Amino acid sequence: MGSGRLYAAVTVGGFRRYATYRTATVAGVFTNTVFGLILVYTYLALWDVRPHLGGYDRAQAVTYVWLGQALLATLAIGGSGVETELMERIRTGDVAVDLYRPADLQLWWFAADLGRSLFQLLGRGVLPFVFGALVFPVALPHDWGTWAAFLVALALAMAVSFGIRYLVALLSFWLLDGTGMTQIMMLAGFFCSGLMLPLNVFPGALGDVVRLLPWSSLLQRPADVLLGEADVWRTFAFQGAWALVLLAAGRLLQSAATRRVVVQGG
Amino acid sequence: MAEGLRVYRLIAAMWIRSTMAYRASFVMSTFASFTVTALDFVAILLMFSRVDALGGWPLSEVAFLYGLSCVSFGLADLAIGSMERLGQRVRDGTLDTLLVRPAPVLAQVAADRFGLRRLGRVTQGALVLGWAVTAVGVDWTLPKVLLMPVVLLSGAGIFCAVFVAGAAFQFVAQDASEVQNAFTYGGTTLLQYPPTVFGTELVRGVTFVLPLAFVNWVPAAYLLGRPLPLDLPGWVAFTSPLVAAGCGALSGVAWRAGLRSYRSTGS
Repeated sequence: MGSGRLYAAVTVGGFRRYATYRTATVAGVFTNTVFGLILVYTYLALWDVRPHLGGYDRAQAVTYVWLGQALLATLAIGGSGVETELMERIRTGDVAVDLYRPADLQLWWFAADLGRSLFQLLGRGVLPFVFGALVFPVALPHDWGTWAAFLVALALAMAVSFGIRYLVALLSFWLLDGTGMTQIMMLAGFFCSGLMLPLNVFPGALGDVVRLLPWSSLLQRPADVLLGEADVWRTFAFQGAWALVLLAAGRLLQSAATRRVVVQGG
Repeated sequence: MAEGLRVYRLIAAMWIRSTMAYRASFVMSTFASFTVTALDFVAILLMFSRVDALGGWPLSEVAFLYGLSCVSFGLADLAIGSMERLGQRVRDGTLDTLLVRPAPVLAQVAADRFGLRRLGRVTQGALVLGWAVTAVGVDWTLPKVLLMPVVLLSGAGIFCAVFVAGAAFQFVAQDASEVQNAFTYGGTTLLQYPPTVFGTELVRGVTFVLPLAFVNWVPAAYLLGRPLPLDLPGWVAFTSPLVAAGCGALSGVAWRAGLRSYRSTGS
C-alpha cells in the first residue's frame, strides 16, 4: 500500500468516525444556530450604532457571524479535534503503539484531523450557515472564483489549525495532564481567530497584533476572502507561511518528544 | 437530602484532592477559566471602544448585567456543572457503577469531576460586578442592597435547574449533550447583553418558556430604574426566587423521569 493511500484511508476513517455520531451532530448544529442567533443580534445592535464598523456593512457582519459558527467545529477553533485523543494517548502511554506503526506520527494525525474537519464542515457547518443565510440578510459572492478562493483559504486554515493543536498536544509529553493547555488554547482560539468579534473591529495596536497571529488564518482571513475584502494571494501567502512554520515546529517538537518518551511497563 | 449533601461533599473533596495532584495544570486551568470569561468581557469592552451604548444601555449597565449573569452561572457551574457529562456516562456504561452505590445518584453525578478551577469564572464575574455596582450610579437603598444576594442565588438556582434538566434530557438523547450548551453557555452569553438588543420573540421565549430573564434582565431593570422587559409590571422584579424554586421543582421531576427511563447499555 502506497503511503499516499495509507493516509487517504486514515482521512476517510476520520471522516466516517465522526459521521457515526449523528445525534451529536444534530445537537451541534442546534447549538451553533443558537449561538449564531445571539451573536447576530449583538452585532446588529453594534452595526446599528456604527454602520460600516471595521469596513463591513450589516449584511457582511451577519455573514461573518454565520461563517464563524460554520467554521467553529470544522476548524476546531476552540480545540476538541483529534488532539484531545492524541493527548489522552500520550497520557496513558498508548502513543507507544502509534510510534510503532510504519507511519509518520504527524502525518497520521493530520490525515485523521482532515477527515474530521471535512465531516464537520459538511455535517455541522453547512446547516447553521444556510439557516443564517435564509433568515437574515447576508452578503454572499455571486462568482464561482470567490467561492473557489474561499475553499482554498479554508483548506489552508485546516492546516494552520492542525499545526497549532498538534503543538499543544505534544506538550502533553512534558505536562502529562493537558487540561490547562487545552483551555489556554481554547481561549486563544476564540479570541484571536475573530470568533468573538471580527479582528478588523479591534482597535489600534491590539488589532494590528492579532491580525498577524496564526489564529487570524482560521476565521478572519477566510471570511475576508469570502466577503471580498481581502487580497486573495496575500491571504494564501500569509496562511501558507503560518502553516509551514507551525507544521515544521510540530516536527521538531515531535522528534524531541519521541526521543524523550519512556514507555511505562504494563 | 442531608445524606445527598454529605455524599456530595465527600465526592467533591475527593476530586479536589485529585486535581491537586497535577498542580501546574490546576493553576493553568483556573487561570484559563478566569481568562476565558474575562475575554467575553474584553469583547464587550472592545465593542464599547467603538460605541457609547448597545441597545441604549451604557457600558456600566451592560457590565452590571454581565456581572450578574456571570456570577450566577459561575456558581451553578461550580456546584453541578459536571452534570453535562452524564451522557458520556450513560454511553460508556459507567453510570451503572453509581446506581449500585448506596448514595443518591443526583448527588454523585453532580459532584462527579468537581472542578474547583471553575472558581475562576465566579471570581471574574464578581470583579466586573463589583466595578459595575459602583459605576451604575444607582442610589443603593437597603432594599436594593438586600435584593442583590437574593438575585445572585436565584440566578444560580435557575441555572442549576437548567443543568439538571439538561442532564435528565441526556438519558433520552445520550449523544446530544451539546444541546445543553445552547441553554447553559448560550444562556449566560445571552444575558450578558441588554434585552433591547434582541428580538421581542426571543425575549418572550426566555421570559415565559425558559425563564432565564429572571436571572438578571428582570431584577436588574428594577435595580437600574429601567422599565422591565416586555412591559412587565414592577412587582415581577422580585419574583426571581419563586421562579428559581419552580424551575428547581420541574427539573427535579424531569430528573426522576429520566432516571426511571434509564436502561443500561449492558457494557
